[in-house]
Amino acid sequence: MSLAKSKLTGAEIFFECLKKENVDVIFGYPGGAVLKIYEKLYDIDWLKHVLVRHEQGATHAAEGYAKATGKVGVVLVTSGPGATNTVTGIADAYMDSVPLVVFTGQVPSHLIGNDAFQEADIVGITRPITKHNFLVRDINELAATIKKAFFIASTGRPGPVLVDLPKDVINSSCEFIYPEEVDIRGYKPTYRGHYNQIKKAAEVISKAKRPLFYVGGGVIMSNGANELRTLAKENNIPVTMTLQGLGSYPMTDDLSLGMLGMHGTFWANQAVNHCDVLVSFGARFDDRVTGKVETFASKAYKIHVDIDPTAIDKNVVVDLPIVGDVKHIMAEIATEIAQPPDTSEWHAQINKWKQECPLSTGDGSKKLKTEFILEKISKKTNGNAVIITDVGQHQMWTAQHYKFNNPRSNITSGGLGTMGFSLPAAIGASFGVKDRPIISINGDGGFQMNIQELITAKYYSVPVKFIIINNSFLGMVRQWQELFHQEKYSFTDLSESNPDFVKVAEAFGIEAHSTDKPSEVDSILDHALAINDRPVLVEFKVIKEDMVFPMVPAGASISDMLIKRLNPNRMI
Amino acid sequence: MKRTITILLENRFGAFDRVATMFSGKGFNISSISIGETEIADISRMTIVTEGDDKIMDQIVKQLNRLIDTVKVADLSETNHIERELALVTVHYQKGSMEEIKNICDIFRGNIVDINNKTMMIEITGPPEKINAAVNVLMPFGIKEMARSGTVALKRGEQLTEAKKEYVQTN
Repeated sequence: MSLAKSKLTGAEIFFECLKKENVDVIFGYPGGAVLKIYEKLYDIDWLKHVLVRHEQGATHAAEGYAKATGKVGVVLVTSGPGATNTVTGIADAYMDSVPLVVFTGQVPSHLIGNDAFQEADIVGITRPITKHNFLVRDINELAATIKKAFFIASTGRPGPVLVDLPKDVINSSCEFIYPEEVDIRGYKPTYRGHYNQIKKAAEVISKAKRPLFYVGGGVIMSNGANELRTLAKENNIPVTMTLQGLGSYPMTDDLSLGMLGMHGTFWANQAVNHCDVLVSFGARFDDRVTGKVETFASKAYKIHVDIDPTAIDKNVVVDLPIVGDVKHIMAEIATEIAQPPDTSEWHAQINKWKQECPLSTGDGSKKLKTEFILEKISKKTNGNAVIITDVGQHQMWTAQHYKFNNPRSNITSGGLGTMGFSLPAAIGASFGVKDRPIISINGDGGFQMNIQELITAKYYSVPVKFIIINNSFLGMVRQWQELFHQEKYSFTDLSESNPDFVKVAEAFGIEAHSTDKPSEVDSILDHALAINDRPVLVEFKVIKEDMVFPMVPAGASISDMLIKRLNPNRMI
Repeated sequence: MKRTITILLENRFGAFDRVATMFSGKGFNISSISIGETEIADISRMTIVTEGDDKIMDQIVKQLNRLIDTVKVADLSETNHIERELALVTVHYQKGSMEEIKNICDIFRGNIVDINNKTMMIEITGPPEKINAAVNVLMPFGIKEMARSGTVALKRGEQLTEAKKEYVQTN
């Protein structure tokens, strides 16, 4: 009997590591450099592998899964084109701080740099769009590297980590030791906020006359929705959310002002303009939120709570920064506030703004309007569905009209603005969430960008409702062309070039319905929402030239909000 | 304003590139960059001279700290520190100018490290300002080639306390 411990191959170690990390689903596509891993996968029954149709779909699916569950999304693809196809999804995850671990195959070590078949320097390519990445050069480092990858992806401000696996490393073998602990001397995220800063924040808040919470995706990532609720409720402070922050506070609650920023509500933006204390939790003062930074909340004392020190003072210089985990800091601020601020006048003012300029609901229009559909979806699902949007007008309308009740129910590509995100991300989310309806909302343009994943949806019978808001235009670009580019609708009119979406869906074996009549919306949605064992597609043909309002033009001050069309002749 | 940043970096594949990529990706300037071994086997020290106002410097230091491979980052500009640079300068000479160049070399405490019948190579070390001065003086002779190492910098060992400062001043 040999005294030496048994050795495992790189492929075996790979799966042992995934097991240790409690991974139960991965999204991938096989190829030459990862054949050995797929060979091993063939005999594994504890792990669900979802075969996508394009590697970009795999990364978006993993993002959808990660955002819906809070777990790390895992991707497995081959070298060269397999790896480069993941780039958009990785960049998207980086911008929106989504924890992913992307495993890419690589040509054998001795061929790296030789322009070998299906070789790409994916570690070099993804360096600026990953939180960190690794090229595993020695089988003895494989397990520890995977451990580090999951640790880095999921801690601090989350983000994507790429692990490049040369074929020879995967084929060789060594003893399997999974480290219990990770210690990276250059990576020590700060979780605890500075006590004196927290105390100061509590004092400032309690003396405020017109306080406002401006909350972002960080609240959801830190699982801090309950703490936010307590803090806002106990002190009667209104809450406005960024696109990524939607769901962190129930939108039906009186204290919710909905979204702020470029397409935010009139009253949220007015509140930003007039508040005397602005407290940001897990948001990053993005340009779509601030508009012209010099005028953003210019009267307010600004408190910024974020886990990422680089977010502080990056776009807007604040008065009181607190670096740390927003969940804990919100709880600590709540404890420290001795006397809630008197905000009654402030609420009266906000209510006036709410009356002054309400959102249009699309009711009563003879032609079908997107707002009308989204209001229906919101009511029918009581704000409890998981909504995955694509990018463009429908995304902003969803942000305005869907009354998100829960965290991790709004999944959208915010930072990068990746068209083609929704379809695969919804598939990914469906592998993580079983108890709530999953609704993918798309424009006709973006839906075609990853349309190949419809077969993934069909094959795995995912219960996703694919909604296409078809205005036969790249609507948001069209909106900008009308407003800022002399109505030159350059290459945005798809009416002559769109496919028949119903036939497309049917070709993929997916039931599909289409309508352009407001009167049919109810019955079609009821039918679609009742289907829970397979995908269904619904196309709504809406008004072509509708625009999203309110709108703050890019770079303008948020007080210079457009609330209706500039050219009244174009009113519909 | 010119700033000198020192970074302790994991001596690891791609670590240097991460720093350089961060600078180019965020649009920060690099005036000079140097990297070499330290007393710790798996850690390199990188010295970057850059320019920017306080807001940019704040971001540069934070963004550097955010990289997983950086172990320690410090902006030395505000602290008492030593900066040195090395330059190799090959200048043309003629019979008449040889002595003059040798004199200049002596003044800057440089060494002539190579010579042929047309050019000589001078090695100068010192703070970057001294190198600039030497280069300016050598310029009229015709500089054929020049290589500069970029600045390396370290914080001074002991910061003097007030009492010690007084003692040093009075003695």
